Amino acid sequence: MAETAVTNTGQPTTLIAGLPGIAADWSSDQRAFKNVSWGKAMMWIFLLSDTFIFSCFLLSYMTARTSTTVPWPNPSEVFALNLGGRHIPLILIAIMTFILISSSGTMAMAVNFGYRHDRVRTAALMLATAAFGATFVCMQGFEWTKLIMEGVRPWGNPWGAEQFGACFFLITGFHGTHVTIGVIFLIAIARKVFRGDFDVERRGFFTSRKGYYEIVEITGLYWHFVDLVWVFIFAFFYLW
Amino acid sequence: MTNVAVHVEGPQQSLQAHVHDTIASGATHAKGQQHPIKLYLVVWGWLFVLSTCSYLVDYFGIHGNLRWSLICLFMVLKAGLIVAVFMHMAWERLALAYAILLPPVLVLVFVSIMVFESDYTHLLRLLFFAAST
Repeated sequence: MAETAVTNTGQPTTLIAGLPGIAADWSSDQRAFKNVSWGKAMMWIFLLSDTFIFSCFLLSYMTARTSTTVPWPNPSEVFALNLGGRHIPLILIAIMTFILISSSGTMAMAVNFGYRHDRVRTAALMLATAAFGATFVCMQGFEWTKLIMEGVRPWGNPWGAEQFGACFFLITGFHGTHVTIGVIFLIAIARKVFRGDFDVERRGFFTSRKGYYEIVEITGLYWHFVDLVWVFIFAFFYLW
Repeated sequence: MTNVAVHVEGPQQSLQAHVHDTIASGATHAKGQQHPIKLYLVVWGWLFVLSTCSYLVDYFGIHGNLRWSLICLFMVLKAGLIVAVFMHMAWERLALAYAILLPPVLVLVFVSIMVFESDYTHLLRLLFFAAST
């Protein structure tokens, strides 16, 4: 009875590389994604669905902007700031972009240190990422406040096409929500890393399952996705 | 009983396959994604450079086709770097990469549909509403 399990000879099953590997993986038994855990695969699939949500937002923005007969407000002017007596176009958005890219850099290094089981550095880098993210949300709050004071509403604004406000609040608001959730997610995981949960394989209080350092990479996937969405928003909404 | 054997065998095989695959792809450790820190710093630097470039497009007020093509070029390069290196897609198996990356590309079909649709709406607005305002 027990001998049946020994039929596994210990020979590693070779995975087929390249394009034939796609057909082999997808038509194989039990699982299509051979080298990633279910957690990572599910995060990727969630991010795919989120991609569609943001695609729909940007598409509806494109449709509104192309079909309106009223001129679209010039984002370069709308988001300009007076800094040190100089009028600099789009400067706030540029700073926000650099902050978000920096947070992606610290996150990538946190993942790296996580797989080296360096819990102090991993937690520190994750908290740095969260701090960058929180700064980003604060700057977005400032931007919203400034625009609302200037009279931008979802149904109108002083400069041109009425759809500008609706698109702006929907797209940046949804992105800001994602950043906020990411900051909370980062702090929660950083706490677990720092406490050493993944070294002693402490069971989670909600799931009662052991955690692994891979959760740092999964958190990282979500965070990089937030940065990725901003790349598209920056290009299509602010620069176009 | 053969069923039991298959069930026990499955996860072990895939685990060994996983280890084999990561060794084959040049990773130093058997578990997880391990790449030199320098790689991340280089990509980080490039992301800064590309973001600066796309900001300068606006700062110098470049207009017309050159503007759109530069913005799109920098955007695609940035997105590619983030997905390939930061999200480690370059080291995943193609079965995952294609499953995740192909569907968003098909959104371009939706984009082209909406380009025609919004142009049509624009035309109708010009024909029937523009004169009255």
